[in-house]
Amino acid sequence: MPNLKDLKTRIESVKSTRKITKAMQMVAAAKLRRAQDSAEQARPYTERFNAVMGALAASVGGSDSAPKLLSGTGSDQTHLLVVMTAERGLCGGFNSNIAKLARNKAAELIAAGKTVKILTVGKKGRDAIKRDYADHFVGHVDMSEVKNVAYSDAQGVAKDVLERFDAGEFDVATIFYSKFVNVVSQIPTAQQIIPADFDAPEEDGASTLYDYEPDEEAILADLLPRGVATQIFSALLENGASEQGARMSAMDNATRNAGDMIDKLTIEFNRSRQAVITNELIEIISGAEAL
Amino acid sequence: MAETMQFDLVSPERSLMSGPVTSVQIPGADGDMTAMPNHAPVITTLRPGVLKVEGESGTTEYVVTGGFAELGEGLSVLAERALPKADVTAEVLTGLVDEAKAALEAVKANNGAVDDAAKLVADMIAVGSEIGVSVS
Repeated sequence: MPNLKDLKTRIESVKSTRKITKAMQMVAAAKLRRAQDSAEQARPYTERFNAVMGALAASVGGSDSAPKLLSGTGSDQTHLLVVMTAERGLCGGFNSNIAKLARNKAAELIAAGKTVKILTVGKKGRDAIKRDYADHFVGHVDMSEVKNVAYSDAQGVAKDVLERFDAGEFDVATIFYSKFVNVVSQIPTAQQIIPADFDAPEEDGASTLYDYEPDEEAILADLLPRGVATQIFSALLENGASEQGARMSAMDNATRNAGDMIDKLTIEFNRSRQAVITNELIEIISGAEAL
Repeated sequence: MAETMQFDLVSPERSLMSGPVTSVQIPGADGDMTAMPNHAPVITTLRPGVLKVEGESGTTEYVVTGGFAELGEGLSVLAERALPKADVTAEVLTGLVDEAKAALEAVKANNGAVDDAAKLVADMIAVGSEIGVSVS
């Protein structure tokens, strides 16, 4: 049986752990609200952008002169996986879920004889992926200095990806991130960004015929790189919200577990304290009886 | 009362304005144009410039740095970056011009087509003279 002093220090240490997890939970809750706000603010832009791009892609997509970003390079031999994770841990299965999805995809592509290249955004994903796929690693974007994701950050990532595409380094790009559903549920998602994959606009009779100024192809050539940035931006925002949500529920669990543990340890502490007292009494009584 | 149309100005980070307006002057890539209710549907790209919004409560001006406008039932302007005119100080504008210049240098270094990047710089500087802010 552990002695009383050990138990007491143990209880103290669990208590301070609980304080930390509680604080982290509250910080995550506050940050979550901010992250959700900015994700919501960005939604109108993304929605409209995709609607316009969908309409444009539908009208230009069939022609041979369609930009490569839209129609692809004509092959799907080399895949670039852009894995976006958090910079920090202690957020439950958030990072490992994304990494797992990416790893499965990579294994699948390699088994199919494709070439896989991996670009990571966020330190945790890099660590997880590097273990298995160090040879396929082509780059890393450091986000540790970024507190609130701004559009310019997404543009940076997009520029990196587009430069690689222009240099012919890959044919297909897919981003991996976590979609925010609510605090307890975040869905790791894979989304193809190059060639662009827009939902076709719903065919209703009232679809408007637009004039394009300059012509459709010039607009498309101008907008497609922005589309990549926009998709990366919205993925980063979703990821930010998911990370905080995951951390919040993970820390909530940790706080509760710490509470349970304190209760258990306190009972054990009281029991052993009583046992010590009983022992002492027995000693005194049997000493007195022996006289 | 003049006829109005729905107008939305959104940037990737937030939505700046949404509401009924009577006319909007758009700095299109091929030249300025003014969108009014019942205009024919147009999609145009933007150059850096000033967006003048005539609403019921008067004129509001925004500086946009690029993006595109979709004019259909209503008008939506999706700007890469949009700032209320009052927020654009000499400092902010200098930052934008420097960014454009850096992009130009990058294109020059890669022996790319400098026309677009050079135009961007010129447009940025032109924005300054239009809103009466000088670039240092």
